[in-house]
Amino acid sequence: MSAMFGVFRREFASYFATPVAYVFIVIFLLLSGALTFYMGDFYERGQADLQPFFQFQPWLYLFLVPAVAMRLWAEERKSGTIELLLTLPVTMTQAVLGKFLAAWAFVAIALALTFPIWLTANYLGQPDNGAILAGYLGSLLMAGAFLAIGSCLSATTRSQIVAFILTVTTCFLFLLAGFPLVLNFFRSFLPQALVDGIASLSFLAHFAAIAKGVLDLRDLLFFALVIGFWLYAGALLLDLKKAD
Amino acid sequence: MIETDNLTRLYGDIVAVAGISFRVEPGQVLGFLGPNGAGKSTTMKMLAGFLAPSAGSAKVCGHDVETEPLAAKRTLGYLPEGAPSYGEMSVREFLQFIVRMRRIDPEQRRRRLHEVIGRLQLERVLEQPIDTLSKGFKRRVGLAQAIVHDPKVLILDEPTDGLDPNQKHEVRGLINAMARERTIVISTHLLEEVHAVCNRVVIIAHGRLLADATPAELEARSRYHGAVSFSAVSSLAAREALERLPVVESVEVDPLDGRITVFPRQGRQILGDVQALLAAQGIRITEIQLERGRLDEVFRRITTGPAAEAAA
Repeated sequence: MSAMFGVFRREFASYFATPVAYVFIVIFLLLSGALTFYMGDFYERGQADLQPFFQFQPWLYLFLVPAVAMRLWAEERKSGTIELLLTLPVTMTQAVLGKFLAAWAFVAIALALTFPIWLTANYLGQPDNGAILAGYLGSLLMAGAFLAIGSCLSATTRSQIVAFILTVTTCFLFLLAGFPLVLNFFRSFLPQALVDGIASLSFLAHFAAIAKGVLDLRDLLFFALVIGFWLYAGALLLDLKKAD
Repeated sequence: MIETDNLTRLYGDIVAVAGISFRVEPGQVLGFLGPNGAGKSTTMKMLAGFLAPSAGSAKVCGHDVETEPLAAKRTLGYLPEGAPSYGEMSVREFLQFIVRMRRIDPEQRRRRLHEVIGRLQLERVLEQPIDTLSKGFKRRVGLAQAIVHDPKVLILDEPTDGLDPNQKHEVRGLINAMARERTIVISTHLLEEVHAVCNRVVIIAHGRLLADATPAELEARSRYHGAVSFSAVSSLAAREALERLPVVESVEVDPLDGRITVFPRQGRQILGDVQALLAAQGIRITEIQLERGRLDEVFRRITTGPAAEAAA
Protein backbone atom coordinates (compact mmCIF):
# COMPACT_ATOMS: atom_id res chain seq x y z
CA MET A 1 0.00 0.00 0.00
CA SER A 2 2.71 2.46 0.94
CA ALA A 3 4.66 1.49 -2.18
CA MET A 4 1.65 2.39 -4.29
CA PHE A 5 1.34 5.67 -2.46
CA GLY A 6 5.03 6.33 -3.09
CA VAL A 7 4.53 5.85 -6.83
CA PHE A 8 1.38 7.98 -6.71
CA ARG A 9 3.11 10.80 -4.90
CA ARG A 10 6.08 10.95 -7.26
CA GLU A 11 3.92 10.79 -10.35
CA PHE A 12 1.49 13.39 -9.10
CA ALA A 13 4.29 15.80 -8.18
CA SER A 14 5.90 15.27 -11.59
CA TYR A 15 2.85 16.81 -13.30
CA PHE A 16 3.51 20.05 -11.48
CA ALA A 17 7.30 19.96 -11.87
CA THR A 18 6.94 21.37 -15.38
CA PRO A 19 4.57 23.98 -16.84
CA VAL A 20 2.63 21.18 -18.57
CA ALA A 21 0.17 20.84 -15.70
CA TYR A 22 -0.68 24.51 -15.63
CA VAL A 23 -0.98 24.73 -19.40
CA PHE A 24 -3.28 21.72 -19.36
CA ILE A 25 -5.50 23.12 -16.63
CA VAL A 26 -5.77 26.52 -18.28
CA ILE A 27 -6.65 25.04 -21.66
CA PHE A 28 -9.15 22.66 -20.09
CA LEU A 29 -10.88 25.46 -18.22
CA LEU A 30 -10.90 27.84 -21.20
CA LEU A 31 -12.31 25.22 -23.53
CA SER A 32 -14.87 24.04 -20.97
CA GLY A 33 -16.05 27.59 -20.52
CA ALA A 34 -16.10 28.44 -24.20
CA LEU A 35 -17.98 25.29 -25.16
CA THR A 36 -20.49 25.68 -22.36
CA PHE A 37 -21.30 29.33 -22.84
CA TYR A 38 -20.97 29.77 -26.60
CA MET A 39 -21.74 26.45 -28.19
CA GLY A 40 -23.91 25.11 -25.37
CA ASP A 41 -26.18 28.16 -25.18
CA PHE A 42 -25.88 28.08 -21.42
CA TYR A 43 -27.79 31.36 -20.99
CA GLU A 44 -30.15 31.18 -23.91
CA ARG A 45 -31.63 27.85 -22.84
CA GLY A 46 -33.02 29.51 -19.76
CA GLN A 47 -32.57 26.37 -17.66
CA ALA A 48 -30.53 26.22 -14.48
CA ASP A 49 -28.57 23.03 -15.02
CA LEU A 50 -25.15 21.97 -16.28
CA GLN A 51 -26.27 19.99 -19.32
CA PRO A 52 -24.47 22.33 -21.75
CA PHE A 53 -21.32 21.85 -19.69
CA PHE A 54 -21.44 18.07 -19.48
CA GLN A 55 -22.53 17.45 -23.05
CA PHE A 56 -19.19 18.63 -24.46
CA GLN A 57 -16.98 16.91 -21.92
CA PRO A 58 -16.55 13.62 -23.77
CA TRP A 59 -15.15 15.55 -26.75
CA LEU A 60 -12.91 17.67 -24.62
CA TYR A 61 -11.59 14.58 -22.88
CA LEU A 62 -11.02 12.88 -26.20
CA PHE A 63 -7.99 15.09 -26.83
CA LEU A 64 -6.97 16.31 -23.42
CA VAL A 65 -7.02 13.12 -21.39
CA PRO A 66 -4.74 11.17 -23.78
CA ALA A 67 -2.31 14.09 -23.41
CA VAL A 68 -2.22 13.44 -19.68
CA ALA A 69 -1.96 9.67 -20.07
CA MET A 70 0.62 9.49 -22.87
CA ARG A 71 3.61 10.05 -20.63
CA LEU A 72 2.63 7.53 -17.97
CA TRP A 73 4.75 4.64 -19.25
CA ALA A 74 6.17 5.82 -22.57
CA GLU A 75 8.39 8.29 -20.75
CA GLU A 76 9.55 5.65 -18.27
CA ARG A 77 10.51 3.46 -21.19
CA LYS A 78 12.29 6.21 -23.06
CA SER A 79 14.35 7.43 -20.13
CA GLY A 80 15.02 3.91 -18.82
CA THR A 81 13.54 4.72 -15.42
CA ILE A 82 11.13 1.83 -15.90
CA GLU A 83 14.04 -0.39 -14.94
CA LEU A 84 14.67 1.66 -11.83
CA LEU A 85 11.01 1.73 -10.83
CA LEU A 86 10.33 -1.96 -11.35
CA THR A 87 13.44 -3.08 -9.46
CA LEU A 88 12.32 -1.18 -6.39
CA PRO A 89 10.28 -3.30 -3.98
CA VAL A 90 6.96 -2.59 -5.69
CA THR A 91 4.58 -4.97 -7.43
CA MET A 92 3.39 -4.36 -10.97
CA THR A 93 -0.15 -3.80 -9.67
CA GLN A 94 1.06 -1.14 -7.23
CA ALA A 95 3.09 0.61 -9.93
CA VAL A 96 0.26 0.62 -12.49
CA LEU A 97 -2.37 1.69 -9.96
CA GLY A 98 -0.17 4.33 -8.36
CA LYS A 99 0.54 5.99 -11.69
CA PHE A 100 -3.05 5.73 -12.88
CA LEU A 101 -4.42 7.22 -9.68
CA ALA A 102 -1.95 10.10 -9.89
CA ALA A 103 -3.11 10.94 -13.41
CA TRP A 104 -6.72 10.58 -12.33
CA ALA A 105 -6.22 12.85 -9.35
CA PHE A 106 -4.67 15.41 -11.65
CA VAL A 107 -7.66 15.34 -14.00
CA ALA A 108 -9.96 15.48 -10.96
CA ILE A 109 -8.30 18.72 -9.91
CA ALA A 110 -8.78 20.20 -13.38
CA LEU A 111 -12.42 19.10 -13.30
CA ALA A 112 -12.97 20.51 -9.82
CA LEU A 113 -11.66 23.86 -11.00
CA THR A 114 -14.68 24.19 -13.28
CA PHE A 115 -16.71 25.02 -10.13
CA PRO A 116 -17.38 28.63 -11.27
CA ILE A 117 -19.78 27.21 -13.86
CA TRP A 118 -21.64 25.47 -11.07
CA LEU A 119 -21.64 28.66 -9.03
CA THR A 120 -23.03 30.54 -12.02
CA ALA A 121 -25.89 28.08 -12.39
CA ASN A 122 -26.68 28.42 -8.68
CA TYR A 123 -26.53 32.19 -8.89
CA LEU A 124 -28.90 32.32 -11.82
CA GLY A 125 -31.44 29.80 -10.63
CA GLN A 126 -32.09 26.74 -8.52
CA PRO A 127 -30.47 23.79 -10.28
CA ASP A 128 -30.75 20.22 -9.01
CA ASN A 129 -27.40 20.03 -7.25
CA GLY A 130 -27.74 16.30 -6.75
CA ALA A 131 -27.95 15.84 -10.50
CA ILE A 132 -24.93 18.09 -10.98
CA LEU A 133 -22.95 16.07 -8.48
CA ALA A 134 -23.92 12.92 -10.36
CA GLY A 135 -22.79 14.60 -13.57
CA TYR A 136 -19.41 15.38 -12.09
CA LEU A 137 -19.09 11.81 -10.85
CA GLY A 138 -19.92 10.45 -14.31
CA SER A 139 -17.50 12.85 -15.90
CA LEU A 140 -14.73 11.76 -13.55
CA LEU A 141 -15.48 8.11 -14.22
CA MET A 142 -15.34 8.66 -17.96
CA ALA A 143 -12.04 10.49 -17.61
CA GLY A 144 -10.80 7.49 -15.60
CA ALA A 145 -11.82 5.15 -18.41
CA PHE A 146 -9.95 7.28 -20.96
CA LEU A 147 -6.92 7.38 -18.68
CA ALA A 148 -6.94 3.62 -18.21
CA ILE A 149 -6.95 3.18 -21.99
CA GLY A 150 -4.14 5.72 -22.22
CA SER A 151 -2.14 4.00 -19.49
CA CYS A 152 -2.35 0.68 -21.31
CA LEU A 153 -1.43 2.08 -24.72
CA SER A 154 1.35 4.20 -23.26
CA ALA A 155 2.85 0.97 -21.95
CA THR A 156 3.23 -0.35 -25.49
CA THR A 157 5.64 2.27 -26.81
CA ARG A 158 8.61 4.50 -26.05
CA SER A 159 7.08 7.38 -27.98
CA GLN A 160 4.60 9.66 -26.28
CA ILE A 161 3.29 10.82 -29.66
CA VAL A 162 2.48 7.26 -30.69
CA ALA A 163 0.83 6.69 -27.32
CA PHE A 164 -1.23 9.84 -27.78
CA ILE A 165 -2.46 8.95 -31.26
CA LEU A 166 -3.26 5.35 -30.32
CA THR A 167 -5.17 6.54 -27.28
CA VAL A 168 -7.17 9.20 -29.12
CA THR A 169 -8.14 6.68 -31.78
CA THR A 170 -9.16 4.01 -29.29
CA CYS A 171 -11.08 6.47 -27.15
CA PHE A 172 -12.84 7.76 -30.24
CA LEU A 173 -13.97 4.25 -31.11
CA PHE A 174 -15.27 3.71 -27.59
CA LEU A 175 -17.04 7.05 -27.54
CA LEU A 176 -18.84 6.33 -30.78
CA ALA A 177 -19.31 2.61 -30.26
CA GLY A 178 -23.08 3.07 -30.27
CA PHE A 179 -23.19 5.11 -33.47
CA PRO A 180 -23.71 3.96 -37.06
CA LEU A 181 -20.24 5.17 -38.04
CA VAL A 182 -18.65 2.44 -35.94
CA LEU A 183 -21.43 -0.11 -35.94
CA ASN A 184 -21.79 -0.25 -39.73
CA PHE A 185 -18.13 -1.09 -40.00
CA PHE A 186 -18.42 -4.01 -37.60
CA ARG A 187 -21.78 -5.09 -39.02
CA SER A 188 -20.04 -5.89 -42.29
CA PHE A 189 -18.23 -8.88 -40.80
CA LEU A 190 -19.59 -9.60 -37.30
CA PRO A 191 -22.84 -11.34 -36.27
CA GLN A 192 -25.57 -9.06 -34.89
CA ALA A 193 -25.12 -10.30 -31.32
CA LEU A 194 -21.53 -9.10 -31.25
CA VAL A 195 -22.46 -5.82 -32.89
CA ASP A 196 -25.02 -5.27 -30.13
CA GLY A 197 -22.28 -6.04 -27.64
CA ILE A 198 -20.07 -3.39 -29.18
CA ALA A 199 -22.94 -0.92 -29.18
CA SER A 200 -23.35 -1.42 -25.43
CA LEU A 201 -19.72 -0.40 -24.90
CA SER A 202 -20.43 3.15 -25.96
CA PHE A 203 -19.03 5.64 -23.47
CA LEU A 204 -21.44 8.28 -24.70
CA ALA A 205 -24.52 6.19 -23.95
CA HIS A 206 -23.34 5.39 -20.42
CA PHE A 207 -22.20 8.91 -19.76
CA ALA A 208 -25.35 10.56 -21.10
CA ALA A 209 -27.45 8.82 -18.45
CA ILE A 210 -25.19 9.86 -15.58
CA ALA A 211 -24.81 13.40 -16.90
CA LYS A 212 -28.58 13.82 -16.69
CA GLY A 213 -28.32 12.92 -13.03
CA VAL A 214 -29.47 9.33 -13.33
CA LEU A 215 -27.07 7.27 -11.28
CA ASP A 216 -27.61 3.74 -12.51
CA LEU A 217 -25.43 1.13 -10.86
CA ARG A 218 -24.95 -0.50 -14.27
CA ASP A 219 -23.38 2.64 -15.71
CA LEU A 220 -21.07 3.02 -12.73
CA LEU A 221 -20.14 -0.63 -12.95
CA PHE A 222 -19.52 -0.25 -16.68
CA PHE A 223 -16.90 2.44 -16.18
CA ALA A 224 -15.34 0.59 -13.25
CA LEU A 225 -15.02 -2.52 -15.41
CA VAL A 226 -13.55 -0.59 -18.32
CA ILE A 227 -10.95 0.96 -16.01
CA GLY A 228 -10.14 -2.39 -14.42
CA PHE A 229 -9.86 -4.14 -17.77
CA TRP A 230 -7.51 -1.64 -19.37
CA LEU A 231 -5.30 -1.32 -16.32
CA TYR A 232 -5.00 -5.08 -16.10
CA ALA A 233 -4.18 -5.29 -19.82
CA GLY A 234 -1.56 -2.58 -19.33
CA ALA A 235 0.08 -4.50 -16.49
CA LEU A 236 0.16 -7.65 -18.62
CA LEU A 237 1.69 -5.78 -21.55
CA LEU A 238 4.33 -4.22 -19.33
CA ASP A 239 5.26 -7.61 -17.98
CA LEU A 240 5.50 -9.08 -21.47
CA LYS A 241 7.28 -6.23 -23.15
CA LYS A 242 9.64 -5.08 -20.42
CA ALA A 243 12.70 -5.99 -22.44
CA ASP A 244 11.85 -3.86 -25.47
CA MET B 1 24.83 -13.80 -1.51
CA ILE B 2 23.88 -14.40 -5.13
CA GLU B 3 23.31 -17.79 -6.64
CA THR B 4 22.31 -18.56 -10.20
CA ASP B 5 21.57 -21.93 -11.65
CA ASN B 6 21.54 -22.39 -15.41
CA LEU B 7 20.18 -18.87 -15.80
CA THR B 8 18.87 -18.41 -19.34
CA ARG B 9 17.18 -15.62 -21.23
CA LEU B 10 15.87 -15.56 -24.77
CA TYR B 11 14.69 -12.57 -26.77
CA GLY B 12 12.48 -14.22 -29.32
CA ASP B 13 14.81 -16.71 -30.98
CA ILE B 14 17.96 -14.95 -29.90
CA VAL B 15 19.74 -16.45 -26.94
CA ALA B 16 21.05 -13.58 -24.82
CA VAL B 17 22.09 -15.62 -21.80
CA ALA B 18 22.64 -19.33 -22.26
CA GLY B 19 22.67 -21.18 -18.97
CA ILE B 20 24.96 -19.29 -16.61
CA SER B 21 25.62 -20.69 -13.16
CA PHE B 22 27.71 -18.99 -10.49
CA ARG B 23 27.70 -18.06 -6.86
CA VAL B 24 28.94 -14.90 -5.20
CA GLU B 25 29.61 -14.80 -1.46
CA PRO B 26 29.64 -11.81 0.89
CA GLY B 27 32.99 -10.06 0.75
CA GLN B 28 33.41 -10.81 -2.91
CA VAL B 29 33.42 -8.18 -5.62
CA LEU B 30 32.66 -9.98 -8.83
CA GLY B 31 33.61 -8.28 -12.07
CA PHE B 32 31.49 -9.14 -15.08
CA LEU B 33 33.56 -8.87 -18.23
CA GLY B 34 32.56 -9.47 -21.78
CA PRO B 35 32.27 -7.86 -25.18
CA ASN B 36 29.24 -5.71 -25.97
CA GLY B 37 26.18 -7.89 -26.40
CA ALA B 38 27.69 -10.74 -24.41
CA GLY B 39 24.75 -10.90 -22.02
CA LYS B 40 26.18 -8.95 -19.07
CA SER B 41 23.35 -6.46 -18.73
CA THR B 42 20.69 -9.09 -19.38
CA THR B 43 22.12 -11.23 -16.59
CA MET B 44 22.15 -8.26 -14.23
CA LYS B 45 18.58 -7.36 -15.17
CA MET B 46 17.50 -10.85 -14.23
CA LEU B 47 19.37 -10.70 -10.91
CA ALA B 48 17.72 -7.36 -10.16
CA GLY B 49 14.29 -8.80 -10.89
CA PHE B 50 13.56 -6.63 -13.94
CA LEU B 51 13.53 -9.41 -16.51
CA ALA B 52 12.17 -12.85 -15.82
CA PRO B 53 14.53 -15.72 -16.67
CA SER B 54 13.40 -17.88 -19.60
CA ALA B 55 14.85 -20.88 -17.80
CA GLY B 56 16.96 -21.60 -14.75
CA SER B 57 16.83 -19.60 -11.55
CA ALA B 58 18.55 -16.87 -9.59
CA LYS B 59 18.53 -16.29 -5.84
CA VAL B 60 19.48 -13.16 -3.96
CA CYS B 61 20.15 -13.75 -0.25
CA GLY B 62 18.18 -16.99 -0.56
CA HIS B 63 15.15 -15.33 -2.16
CA ASP B 64 14.27 -16.59 -5.61
CA VAL B 65 13.87 -13.60 -7.95
CA GLU B 66 10.75 -15.11 -9.52
CA THR B 67 8.86 -16.62 -6.61
CA GLU B 68 9.81 -14.02 -3.95
CA PRO B 69 10.53 -10.93 -6.04
CA LEU B 70 9.78 -8.35 -3.36
CA ALA B 71 11.99 -9.99 -0.73
CA ALA B 72 14.81 -10.27 -3.27
CA LYS B 73 14.42 -6.65 -4.38
CA ARG B 74 14.46 -5.41 -0.79
CA THR B 75 17.88 -6.90 -0.11
CA LEU B 76 19.56 -5.51 -3.18
CA GLY B 77 20.65 -2.20 -4.56
CA TYR B 78 20.74 -1.88 -8.32
CA LEU B 79 22.31 0.65 -10.66
CA PRO B 80 20.81 0.06 -14.14
CA GLU B 81 22.92 0.66 -17.22
CA GLY B 82 23.18 4.38 -17.92
CA ALA B 83 22.06 5.27 -14.38
CA PRO B 84 18.51 6.38 -15.29
CA SER B 85 16.70 8.72 -12.92
CA TYR B 86 13.73 11.06 -13.02
CA GLY B 87 15.17 14.16 -14.65
CA GLU B 88 12.56 16.65 -13.51
CA MET B 89 13.11 15.85 -9.83
CA SER B 90 15.77 17.50 -7.75
CA VAL B 91 18.45 15.22 -6.28
CA ARG B 92 16.89 15.58 -2.85
CA GLU B 93 13.36 14.76 -4.06
CA PHE B 94 14.63 11.78 -5.99
CA LEU B 95 16.51 10.30 -3.04
CA GLN B 96 13.53 10.94 -0.78
CA PHE B 97 11.35 9.06 -3.24
CA ILE B 98 13.78 6.14 -3.10
CA VAL B 99 13.90 5.98 0.71
CA ARG B 100 10.11 6.05 0.85
CA MET B 101 9.86 3.26 -1.69
CA ARG B 102 12.53 1.33 0.21
CA ARG B 103 10.47 1.79 3.38
CA ILE B 104 13.33 2.98 5.50
CA ASP B 105 12.10 4.01 8.98
CA PRO B 106 11.36 7.71 9.11
CA GLU B 107 13.85 8.01 11.99
CA GLN B 108 16.64 6.44 9.97
CA ARG B 109 15.80 8.23 6.73
CA ARG B 110 17.50 11.46 7.67
CA ARG B 111 20.63 9.67 8.81
CA ARG B 112 20.82 7.44 5.71
CA LEU B 113 20.23 10.33 3.34
CA HIS B 114 22.83 12.41 5.11
CA GLU B 115 25.31 9.55 4.86
CA VAL B 116 24.95 8.85 1.11
CA ILE B 117 24.81 12.52 0.23
CA GLY B 118 28.09 12.99 2.04
CA ARG B 119 29.64 9.84 0.67
CA LEU B 120 28.88 10.74 -2.94
CA GLN B 121 29.49 14.45 -2.43
CA LEU B 122 26.09 15.55 -3.61
CA GLU B 123 25.64 18.47 -1.17
CA ARG B 124 26.34 21.06 -3.82
CA VAL B 125 23.65 19.85 -6.25
CA LEU B 126 20.92 18.72 -3.84
CA GLU B 127 18.31 21.21 -4.99
CA GLN B 128 19.10 21.01 -8.71
CA PRO B 129 16.90 19.12 -11.16
CA ILE B 130 18.75 15.95 -12.16
CA ASP B 131 18.35 16.88 -15.85
CA THR B 132 20.67 19.82 -15.37
CA LEU B 133 23.52 17.81 -13.81
CA SER B 134 26.72 16.67 -15.49
CA LYS B 135 27.17 13.04 -16.42
CA GLY B 136 29.40 12.45 -13.42
CA PHE B 137 26.85 13.79 -10.98
CA LYS B 138 24.03 11.81 -12.62
CA ARG B 139 26.06 8.66 -12.17
CA ARG B 140 26.68 9.51 -8.55
CA VAL B 141 22.96 10.11 -8.00
CA GLY B 142 22.38 6.65 -9.49
CA LEU B 143 24.90 5.15 -7.11
CA ALA B 144 23.35 7.01 -4.20
CA GLN B 145 19.92 5.50 -4.88
CA ALA B 146 21.49 2.05 -5.12
CA ILE B 147 23.17 2.20 -1.70
CA VAL B 148 20.85 4.44 0.31
CA HIS B 149 19.15 1.51 2.07
CA ASP B 150 22.50 -0.10 2.92
CA PRO B 151 21.77 -3.26 0.90
CA LYS B 152 23.49 -6.60 1.43
CA VAL B 153 23.79 -7.15 -2.29
CA LEU B 154 24.83 -4.55 -4.85
CA ILE B 155 24.47 -4.93 -8.59
CA LEU B 156 26.12 -2.15 -10.54
CA ASP B 157 25.94 -2.08 -14.33
CA GLU B 158 28.96 -0.09 -15.55
CA PRO B 159 29.24 2.10 -12.46
CA THR B 160 32.13 4.21 -13.78
CA ASP B 161 31.06 4.57 -17.40
CA GLY B 162 31.42 8.17 -18.54
CA LEU B 163 33.25 9.40 -15.46
CA ASP B 164 36.52 11.27 -15.57
CA PRO B 165 39.61 9.63 -14.02
CA ASN B 166 39.17 11.39 -10.68
CA GLN B 167 35.53 10.40 -10.45
CA LYS B 168 36.40 6.83 -11.41
CA HIS B 169 38.90 6.78 -8.61
CA GLU B 170 36.29 8.00 -6.14
CA VAL B 171 33.68 5.46 -7.21
CA ARG B 172 36.18 2.63 -6.99
CA GLY B 173 37.14 3.79 -3.53
CA LEU B 174 33.47 3.73 -2.60
CA ILE B 175 33.03 0.19 -3.90
CA ASN B 176 36.11 -0.98 -2.05
CA ALA B 177 34.89 0.63 1.15
CA MET B 178 31.56 -1.17 0.88
CA ALA B 179 32.98 -4.50 -0.19
CA ARG B 180 33.78 -6.01 3.17
CA GLU B 181 30.45 -7.52 4.22
CA ARG B 182 28.51 -7.16 1.03
CA THR B 183 28.09 -9.11 -2.13
CA ILE B 184 28.88 -6.91 -5.09
CA VAL B 185 28.59 -7.58 -8.81
CA ILE B 186 29.82 -4.97 -11.26
CA SER B 187 30.01 -5.05 -15.01
CA THR B 188 32.68 -3.15 -16.84
CA HIS B 189 34.61 -2.79 -20.07
CA LEU B 190 37.62 -1.45 -18.27
CA LEU B 191 40.25 -4.02 -17.44
CA GLU B 192 42.04 -1.64 -15.10
CA GLU B 193 38.84 -1.54 -13.07
CA VAL B 194 39.13 -5.25 -12.48
CA HIS B 195 42.46 -4.67 -10.77
CA ALA B 196 41.16 -1.75 -8.81
CA VAL B 197 38.04 -3.30 -7.28
CA CYS B 198 37.39 -6.94 -8.13
CA ASN B 199 38.61 -9.99 -6.31
CA ARG B 200 36.94 -12.29 -8.78
CA VAL B 201 36.31 -12.11 -12.51
CA VAL B 202 33.73 -13.80 -14.68
CA ILE B 203 34.14 -13.52 -18.43
CA ILE B 204 31.10 -14.12 -20.61
CA ALA B 205 30.68 -14.06 -24.37
CA HIS B 206 27.70 -15.09 -26.48
CA GLY B 207 25.74 -15.62 -23.28
CA ARG B 208 28.06 -18.28 -21.90
CA LEU B 209 30.38 -18.23 -18.94
CA LEU B 210 33.89 -18.76 -20.31
CA ALA B 211 36.08 -18.03 -17.33
CA ASP B 212 35.68 -17.65 -13.57
CA ALA B 213 38.86 -16.80 -11.71
CA THR B 214 40.70 -14.20 -9.63
CA PRO B 215 42.38 -11.39 -11.54
CA ALA B 216 45.79 -12.88 -10.66
CA GLU B 217 44.79 -16.30 -11.99
CA LEU B 218 43.64 -14.73 -15.23
CA GLU B 219 46.90 -12.84 -15.55
CA ALA B 220 48.79 -16.07 -15.06
CA ARG B 221 47.08 -17.36 -18.21
CA SER B 222 48.67 -14.60 -20.23
CA ARG B 223 51.71 -15.40 -22.34
CA TYR B 224 53.24 -12.30 -20.78
CA HIS B 225 53.02 -13.82 -17.30
CA GLY B 226 56.58 -13.96 -15.90
CA ALA B 227 58.07 -12.33 -18.99
CA VAL B 228 60.75 -9.69 -18.54
CA SER B 229 60.73 -6.56 -20.62
CA PHE B 230 63.32 -3.79 -20.74
CA SER B 231 64.59 -0.91 -22.80
CA ALA B 232 68.26 -1.02 -23.70
CA VAL B 233 70.55 1.41 -25.42
CA SER B 234 71.64 -1.10 -28.05
CA SER B 235 69.08 -3.83 -28.35
CA LEU B 236 70.39 -5.99 -31.17
CA ALA B 237 73.36 -7.45 -29.29
CA ALA B 238 71.19 -8.11 -26.27
CA ARG B 239 68.65 -10.01 -28.30
CA GLU B 240 71.01 -12.67 -29.59
CA ALA B 241 72.59 -13.31 -26.22
CA LEU B 242 69.19 -13.63 -24.58
CA GLU B 243 67.91 -16.11 -27.11
CA ARG B 244 70.74 -18.45 -26.21
CA LEU B 245 69.71 -18.60 -22.53
CA PRO B 246 68.26 -22.06 -21.72
CA VAL B 247 65.37 -20.68 -19.62
CA VAL B 248 64.24 -18.40 -22.41
CA GLU B 249 61.54 -19.46 -24.84
CA SER B 250 61.64 -16.50 -27.20
CA VAL B 251 62.52 -12.85 -27.48
CA GLU B 252 60.42 -10.17 -29.13
CA VAL B 253 61.35 -6.63 -30.05
CA ASP B 254 58.70 -3.99 -30.29
CA PRO B 255 59.18 -2.46 -33.74
CA LEU B 256 58.01 0.95 -32.55
CA ASP B 257 60.05 1.72 -29.46
CA GLY B 258 62.62 -1.09 -29.57
CA ARG B 259 61.51 -2.46 -26.20
CA ILE B 260 62.59 -6.05 -25.72
CA THR B 261 60.33 -8.65 -24.13
CA VAL B 262 61.84 -11.97 -23.03
CA PHE B 263 59.40 -14.87 -22.62
CA PRO B 264 60.29 -17.68 -20.20
CA ARG B 265 59.98 -21.39 -20.89
CA GLN B 266 56.94 -22.93 -19.20
CA GLY B 267 56.97 -22.17 -15.46
CA ARG B 268 60.52 -20.78 -15.27
CA GLN B 269 61.65 -17.64 -13.43
CA ILE B 270 63.94 -15.63 -15.66
CA LEU B 271 64.38 -12.20 -14.12
CA GLY B 272 67.65 -13.12 -12.32
CA ASP B 273 69.13 -14.82 -15.38
CA VAL B 274 68.25 -11.94 -17.67
CA GLN B 275 69.71 -9.37 -15.32
CA ALA B 276 72.91 -11.39 -14.86
CA LEU B 277 73.35 -11.78 -18.60
CA LEU B 278 72.78 -8.12 -19.29
CA ALA B 279 75.32 -7.20 -16.62
CA ALA B 280 77.86 -9.72 -17.98
CA GLN B 281 77.49 -8.40 -21.51
CA GLY B 282 77.77 -4.83 -20.31
CA ILE B 283 74.44 -3.86 -21.88
CA ARG B 284 73.11 -0.66 -20.39
CA ILE B 285 69.41 -0.73 -19.70
CA THR B 286 67.32 2.29 -18.93
CA GLU B 287 64.48 0.40 -17.28
CA ILE B 288 63.40 -3.21 -16.64
CA GLN B 289 60.10 -4.78 -15.64
CA LEU B 290 58.75 -8.20 -14.61
CA GLU B 291 55.38 -8.65 -16.30
CA ARG B 292 52.40 -9.97 -14.30
CA GLY B 293 50.48 -10.81 -17.40
CA ARG B 294 48.15 -8.75 -19.53
CA LEU B 295 44.42 -8.99 -18.88
CA ASP B 296 43.53 -7.43 -22.22
CA GLU B 297 45.37 -10.20 -24.03
CA VAL B 298 43.71 -12.90 -21.91
CA PHE B 299 40.34 -11.25 -22.39
CA ARG B 300 40.79 -11.17 -26.16
CA ARG B 301 41.94 -14.76 -26.30
CA ILE B 302 39.04 -16.03 -24.17
CA THR B 303 36.33 -14.03 -25.91
CA THR B 304 37.51 -14.69 -29.45
CA GLY B 305 39.15 -18.07 -29.01
CA PRO B 306 37.84 -21.57 -29.80
CA ALA B 307 35.68 -21.71 -26.64
CA ALA B 308 33.93 -18.50 -27.61
CA GLU B 309 33.38 -19.70 -31.13
CA ALA B 310 31.91 -22.94 -29.84
CA ALA B 311 29.58 -20.88 -27.64
CA ALA B 312 28.49 -18.80 -30.62
